[in-house]
Amino acid sequence: MYAIIVGAGKVGRNLARELMSKGHEVTLLESSRQCYLAIEEEFEHAAQYGDATELWVLERAGIQRADLVIAVTGDDEDNILVCQVAKEKYLCDRVIARVNNPRNHDHFRLLGIQPAVSATDLILRLIEHEVPRYGLVHLLALEEERLEIIELEVSSDAPTVGLRVADISLPEGSLIISVLREGTGFVPKPDTVIEAGDEVLLVLDPGLEDAITAYFAPDGQPAAL
Amino acid sequence: MFVLIVGAGRVGAAVAKSALAAGHEVSVLDEDPLSHERLDAGQDKSWEDSGGQFTVGTALEMDALIQAGIERADVFIASTAGDNTNLVIAQIAQKRFDVEKTIVRVMDPARASWYGEQGLHTISPTKHAIEMFERALELEPQRV
Repeated sequence: MYAIIVGAGKVGRNLARELMSKGHEVTLLESSRQCYLAIEEEFEHAAQYGDATELWVLERAGIQRADLVIAVTGDDEDNILVCQVAKEKYLCDRVIARVNNPRNHDHFRLLGIQPAVSATDLILRLIEHEVPRYGLVHLLALEEERLEIIELEVSSDAPTVGLRVADISLPEGSLIISVLREGTGFVPKPDTVIEAGDEVLLVLDPGLEDAITAYFAPDGQPAAL
Repeated sequence: MFVLIVGAGRVGAAVAKSALAAGHEVSVLDEDPLSHERLDAGQDKSWEDSGGQFTVGTALEMDALIQAGIERADVFIASTAGDNTNLVIAQIAQKRFDVEKTIVRVMDPARASWYGEQGLHTISPTKHAIEMFERALELEPQRV
């Protein structure tokens, strides 16, 4: 695979190292002269100096044959531009963008830049995982397919406690795919009875989180951090 | 017409003044409060007294754009110092807020022509400068 990585900060440099060690071909683009000189010795010809939002810089890096473009500069506009141009002008199917300011996430979505990865969001997910009473945990979001997988801890006063899975009428567009109980997970059968303390995994259409929470963790408040 | 101008540098401020003088409703958004002075310079009355609106804020912040009136803008002009900022906010104005007329300043001629082909109204001062130099020297224009 040939990957172009834009931005040779800590993220870009380490991604380049990882991909190269796995045998992939990588070009690392950096627009700051000083930063480029610092990485040139290590990356040699795989590092190029230039502003990747300039079309000729991308072309010089071989954007026409790139399988993947990763934009991880510290500037969200630049990341959006690089990915948009890569996708729409050079028809590179796979782009990954870094979101520096989580408030800009919507802009990436609006302009079709997916996936867009934000460190703040990732850490928030981890906090959700680490803090048990958070109620709802997002495990996976397939944005293009408009599906997500969430995990919910069943609280003792949930209306579904003691009910068989077959008797729980969940909203259209949601399904229980797994139950975690006493450390092991299993795929529920129609006669599986939901118990307090279970963790249920559901696949659902985005936007159903609140409705689903009411079934399993009606008082699932975010823990005080 | 309601005109929203983001970026009150030399170009943005001058266009803002002309638009206001022509009787349009004009709102200017800039992250630097000092750029307000550029709007006042050479005028008898202050920008606000002449009927202009000024908001301090960053172009990419939705709140700032809304405060500056993007929701009812008929014309959106992106004239900050950053090409990429201009291209991104112009597309936001077009796609999220359905602004009827969106004009973007893009210094880089290559980016200006490609985004122009994609349906954005781009103006590239660099391209005009190149053409004027070429004309002054009676040169054959080369493809960018």
